[in-house]
This record gives sequence, C-alpha cells and structure tokens, in this order.
Amino acid sequence: MTIGSVPVRFGITIDRARCMLCGRCVENCPYDVFRRDEDTIHVNSRKCVACHRCVAMCPRDAISIRQRPVDYRDHPVWTEEVREAIYNQARTGKIILAGMGNAKPYPVIFDRLVLDACQVTNPSIDPLREPMELRTYIGKKPKKLEFRYDNGDISLETTLSPNLELATPIMVGHMSYGAISLNAQKSIAMAVKETGTFMGTGEGGLHPSLYPYQDRMIVQVASGRFGVNIDYLERGAAIEIKIGQGAKPGIGGHLPGEKVCEDVSCTRMIPVGSDAISPAPHHDIYSIEDLKQLVRSLKEATSWQKPVFVKIAAVHNSAAIAAGIARSSADAVVIDGFRGGTGAAPRVFRDHVGIPVEAAVASVDAKLRSQGIRNEVSIIASGGIRESADVAKIIALGADAVYIGTAALVAMGCRVCGTCYRGLCPWGIATQRPDLVARLDPEVASKQVANLIHAWTLELSELMGAAGINSIESLRGNRDRLRGYLLDESTMRVLDVKPVGA
Amino acid sequence: MCGIIAVIDRAGRRMDGTGIRAALSMMDERGSGEGAGYAVYGAFPEFSDSYAIHVFFDAVHETKAAVDRELEKWGTIVHDEEIPTYENRRIRKVHTPWRYFFKPDPALMPRSTTPEDDIVMHLAMKINTTIPGALVYSSGKNIAIFKASGWPEDVADFYRIQDYEGYIWLGHNRYPTNTPGWWGGAHPFNLLGWSVVHNGEITSYGTNRRYIESFGYRCTMFTDTEVVAYLFDLLVRRHGLTPELAVKALAPPFWDEIDCMEERERTLCKAIRLTYGSAMMNGPFAIVVAKPDGIVGFTDRIKLRPLVCGTAGMRLYISSEEAAIRVMEPELESVTMPAAGEPVIGRLCV
Ligand code: SF4
Ligand code: SF4
Repeated sequence: MTIGSVPVRFGITIDRARCMLCGRCVENCPYDVFRRDEDTIHVNSRKCVACHRCVAMCPRDAISIRQRPVDYRDHPVWTEEVREAIYNQARTGKIILAGMGNAKPYPVIFDRLVLDACQVTNPSIDPLREPMELRTYIGKKPKKLEFRYDNGDISLETTLSPNLELATPIMVGHMSYGAISLNAQKSIAMAVKETGTFMGTGEGGLHPSLYPYQDRMIVQVASGRFGVNIDYLERGAAIEIKIGQGAKPGIGGHLPGEKVCEDVSCTRMIPVGSDAISPAPHHDIYSIEDLKQLVRSLKEATSWQKPVFVKIAAVHNSAAIAAGIARSSADAVVIDGFRGGTGAAPRVFRDHVGIPVEAAVASVDAKLRSQGIRNEVSIIASGGIRESADVAKIIALGADAVYIGTAALVAMGCRVCGTCYRGLCPWGIATQRPDLVARLDPEVASKQVANLIHAWTLELSELMGAAGINSIESLRGNRDRLRGYLLDESTMRVLDVKPVGA
Repeated sequence: MCGIIAVIDRAGRRMDGTGIRAALSMMDERGSGEGAGYAVYGAFPEFSDSYAIHVFFDAVHETKAAVDRELEKWGTIVHDEEIPTYENRRIRKVHTPWRYFFKPDPALMPRSTTPEDDIVMHLAMKINTTIPGALVYSSGKNIAIFKASGWPEDVADFYRIQDYEGYIWLGHNRYPTNTPGWWGGAHPFNLLGWSVVHNGEITSYGTNRRYIESFGYRCTMFTDTEVVAYLFDLLVRRHGLTPELAVKALAPPFWDEIDCMEERERTLCKAIRLTYGSAMMNGPFAIVVAKPDGIVGFTDRIKLRPLVCGTAGMRLYISSEEAAIRVMEPELESVTMPAAGEPVIGRLCV
C-alpha cells in the first residue's frame, strides 16, 4: 500500500484574460512553479510555498493563490499538519526541517497584556513638544558610585565599564551571512547605522564589505567558532556568546555544504562546500564557571574594551542561568523566546521547545532583582517582537532593549513563507544564489528597515508619553503600567502584573 | 493637586506648629479632606538620642505586645506612650497612634557601617510586613509625624501640633487620586531621618518600587511617595551621595543637556544616570525632603507641578503656593521659582 501524494498546499490560478504573457512569473519563481509553453503559462501548484513573489511582480494582477483547495476529513486531534508530517516522515525517515519562527497557534502573551495611559491627574506627555528619551546604554553598571569630595569639588572615583549607546532600544538580532545574504546583511547594517542602533553578525563571521559598519556590529561567538579570530573580535562593538537560540533550544546549527560558496567560506573560515556544523554545546563550556572563563578571556583578548553578551534560549530555568551569567562578568544577557526565527531548524524544535520570551524576561528580571544584581547587567529580549507595543510591553516586563529579526526581514520584503531552509528565498534575503541575492537592493531595503525602526521608535515615545513617562529608564521593569487581559492567574503571577480593572 | 509647604530655620531656632497649620489650611482647595499631615524636626529634645518610632495600631491590646517583642529583640524601649489626641468631630479615629523612644543595640548588626539605622530600618520593614494591625510610619530621631484622614486644620487640632516646636516643619494637604485616602497614605512619609511631602504622581513608581525593593526596602503604604523616602535613604545614607547628587539621580538632566556639559560634569551626570536609572522619577511632581540638617525641594524634569521658594532672614520656605508662604511670613526678602529638576537646598548652619 503506498501513501500517495499529500494534497497541494496552495492552489494557483492565472486569470487568462488578464495575463499578457510577459513571463515575469516564470523568471521570478525560484521554486519552478511556472513554465511557459508557447502562448500559455503552465502552473505546478504543488511546488508553491506562497512566497508571493509572482503575485508581487505580475504587472497585470493576474495571479491568485489560495490556501488548501483540498481538505482532509476534518479531525480535531489528527490535524492535517499532524497527518502530513507522518506521511512525509513515513516516506523519508528524516527529521522535518522548517524555517522562520514557531508556527503553532499558542496564545501570545503580548496580546493579552495591555498598556496603561494617563488621564487628568497624571498628565500624559506630548512627545511632539516635550523631550522623550529613548537613549539606552547596554552593558555593565556599577551597583553604586564612589565619589571624592574635596572642599566643594565632587569627582567620580568609579570607572564605568564600556557600554553600547543606542539611540533607541531596538536592535536587529543575529542573522548570519550564510543564513541570510550579504545584501540582506548590508541592508541591515546601513539601517542600524542610520538609526543609531546595532545589529548582530550571527555566527557567520564578518564579511569585509561590512567593515565600514563594524562599530555598529555585535560579533557572535558560537560553538562552531566560525569566523572567530582576534581581528574579528576587535572589529565588533561588542561580542556575543551564543549558547542557545529561541527557535531551537538545546541544539546546534547546521549550514549545509551547498550554501558554503567561496565568499561564505572565507568569511566563516571553513573550506568551500563543507558543512558548517555548530554543535549544541560549546566544547569548552559545561558549567557557569567555564562560561565565565570564556567571557573573561574574550574580554582579556580585547583589553576589557568590549561589552560581552551571552545569549540563551528562553527555557524554564532561564532565571537561574541568567543569574549565573550576570555574575560571570558578562555585560548583558540575551533571552531568545520560542517564537524566534531561524534559517533552518527541525520543525519539532521550532514548534515545541522553549517558552515565550514574555515569561522568561519577567522571571529573569525578578530573579536578578531578588539577588540585588538586576542593575548591574542588561537584559535584551528577542524572539517574537512584532510591533512597537511588544517592545513597550517587554521593556515594562524588565528588558533593557530588544532584538528584532523577522520584523526586519519583513521590512525588506520577506513574506514569511517559512521556506528559508531551502536557500531559494525569492526575495534575495535567505539565499546565497547570486541571481536571487541581486534582487535585493541594499539601498532600498536599508531605507525600509530604517523606516521601520524609526516608526517603532516614534510609536514607543507616544506610548511612553501616554503613560506619563519621558525616559525609557522609567518604563523598564515598570509592571504597574501593564494589565493582564484574560490572562490566567498563574501566568499573571509569573509576569507579576495585575488584571485589568485592578 | 495636593498642597505642600516646608520651612527651615537655618539658625536652628524652634517654631511652634501654629504657623504651618495656618499656611497649610490656606491651601485647602488643593486637598479633599482625605489626608493631611505634618512633620517636625526637633520635637523631642528630652529624647533626642533615641529613635522616635511612631506606630498606628488598629487595636492596641491585640498587637502592641507583638511590636514590643520585636523592638526588644533589637534594643531597648526607653519610653513609650500613646500620642495625645484631642477629640475632633471631623476626624474619625481609626487607629491609635503610639510612639516609642527606642535605642537599638548596634552590636546586633555587626556587619553594618550604620548599625543603628539599619536596625531601625529593618524593624520598620519587618513590622509593616509581618504584624497585621501595626504600621510604623515614622522612625527618626527627634522627629515627629502627625497625620490622619481629614482637613489640614482638623488634623492639626486633633494632635494639637501647636504644642510642639521644631526648626523644620513640613506640611501636606492631600488630594488622593491613585489610592484611597487612609491614615497610612497621608503624607509626610518618613524613614529614619528622611521625611517627604509630595504633590503629584510618580509614573515610574513601578520601576522605582522594584528597584528599591531589591535593596531590602518594602513598600507597604500603597502609594507612590513612599519610595522617595527610601530612595533618599539608599542614595544618601547608604551610597554616600550628597543631596544635590541624589536629586541629580532622581530628576536628572536630559541627555541633550548632558551632551553639552563640560567633560567632568558630563562624566558625572552620565555615570549617575547609568547607575541610578531605575531610581529616576518620572511623572508630575514637586517634592520636599527633609533630613535633620536641612531640606531639599525639587520638581520633575519638565516641572508639571508648581514649587515656590521664599526667604526671610535665616528662614527658607518651600511651597506649592506663594500665598501659603505669606501666611507664615508676610514680609519675604525674596521669592523664586526653581527651574525643573533644580534642587533648592536649605542647610542648618549651627
Ligand atoms: S507575471 Fe502575470 S502577466 Fe506575466 S506571465 Fe505571469 S501571470 Fe501572466
Ligand atoms: S526570508 Fe525568504 S525564504 Fe524565508 S520566509 Fe522570508 S521570503 Fe520565505
């Protein structure tokens, strides 16, 4: 008995009356959905991933794409997704790969938190007329300052550790050259420079064409140590040790050999065509003490001039781990929630492992406070930040700043087709194929990303103004400004927020 | 709303409570009759080296023994008494105010540099969080706080504040907007030598509270002003900042201003903002903080609440309204309005 084919996921139709046979759909679809034969465009719907490139490029709006023209027999437990996964695995015997973030319909905590605003007695502040301060410093802060007082003259005795100065608490997270194209990285680099913030290099090394933006780059050291040498460390504005990633906690990374072209090979410092495997653990880190050694050796190597961050995936004991990280001399802890994106991950991890960043940040912040060390280390939240309201809410829950990832890609044109792992991204973002990469114009895309960051920053200042707050410091950890709406009581306890009306 | 007034006689000459009563009553329309209070420094010369611990008891016979026990664990009760009150039809007596004169035993807090203060702070937090029906609302040496739900003149008459004398007086007339009017919620708020009166709302309260609580303070009064007393205690007593620097932490200059400062000043202001960002207060406020050797008044960074200063001889007045100051001192030598975030400081010079 054979399994047979699974039904097509997306059905494409071309309105023949509108089509002018220009052939753009054929050229634009890297998945070979379209084929031209004399005076007809043939369609193979089975190959479609709904990246919408053809729809966007068709000059006559002749193409329509519909989801699931064939339904399975309805079943609440054995959903079509479950059944299809089984069919595919029964056929191949392999792990199912997936791209982008968690695709399960878990309730989003952000959407059940509402922000507060002022009325009458505590006037709101008008950001158009009054100064709004979103400037954020990421890095170690002393617990207290020491001064010397000489007859009326005050001088500071404490030396501050180097901090990153952000014009807005929104950064772009780590997406490596390899996972995304060089044009995509360049676009982001130009955008963060323009908006006074920072981006992560991911674990793919730093390509020479990004050197002009190096003072805006946070270089990453992951278990594979790709691209890591002293020159790389010294170029970055800060260094991030990646322990885990929200999309795939507990497992490492894998860039297939086919994607390791000449250029990627130089940047990563590995041979052309070889698989780039970052193992799940760092082979020199098996405890907090080992982590501390790595943090301190990276600092030593860069003469204690660079802040060092440690990134972990949001898991249930993030709080205890973060407390360890805070005591390891690290300057910031990055918490990547289970909605974080990825170029490629086993679907089972992407969809089922980890916890939401909202809960993780709330518990990390609470733990660090209970130990009296919250102020000495910064918290960066990432993984599922979709809009400025999410930024405001996560800061109120305790983060200093956020990393965005998918949102920046969407700003560049990504349609969240979730097929990044195939390396054929039709928008030139998650691909290394030169013809596809060329589709992304860094000048244009960087403007879009910068616009997005700028727009969110404006919205954030409006939200703060409405809450009567004119400085980001006063929003940070200010859970009084949040209320839970139809959130269950136990989650509200973890978040330490009151319900609406209270 | 809310009306505040403060006065210091820098020469240390003592004034009785009549003047401040009249001045605060002048600002009745800034209140709602739900809370008023006074603080006086120099109130107990005969017990000046004991801590004057003021407690509201819901039911004395039930809870006082527990408070006594807690105090006796950490030192000696030199004297204690019910605070005299005088029946007033417009004030419903819901608590019994009590005062202890207490000497902590410094040997019991060996690792501290200020063991007596730390013991008293610990006791205030402990009693307020663990003994239901008892609320420590003042704990400084030679300092008395008188507060209740009611109008300024009624609260003054209820305690007969004209019978007390001191070189610093604070007065507060409350218009509660974010929490119910209750005795504990009336101003001034006090911890050790710090007393605070405040007009406004602190929109950063959530941040400030979580910050201060990570240093062992517990907020129990359900109102935003409480954190100000604790922040001053942390920053000035425990971290060694001067009151001027503490104000720079609580109402710091804007980054744009910091960027334009000369280097020394810039480094200092930047370090303060980075280190004490969570102590910074946002929202509309005008605040006066008193300590045994002076008072400091300041407003929020964009001055959303009024603050006026007046001087006459050795006396400095700070209030919400000039008219209130003139009730106490019709002939003022100068009247000024401090800029947003700029501290006005009156130091004792004896
Ligand atoms: S892009 Fe549109 S108009 Fe052009 S061939 Fe395809 S369907 Fe026809
Ligand atoms: S980056 Fe490209 S491949 Fe990945 S989801 Fe977006 S459009 Fe699809």
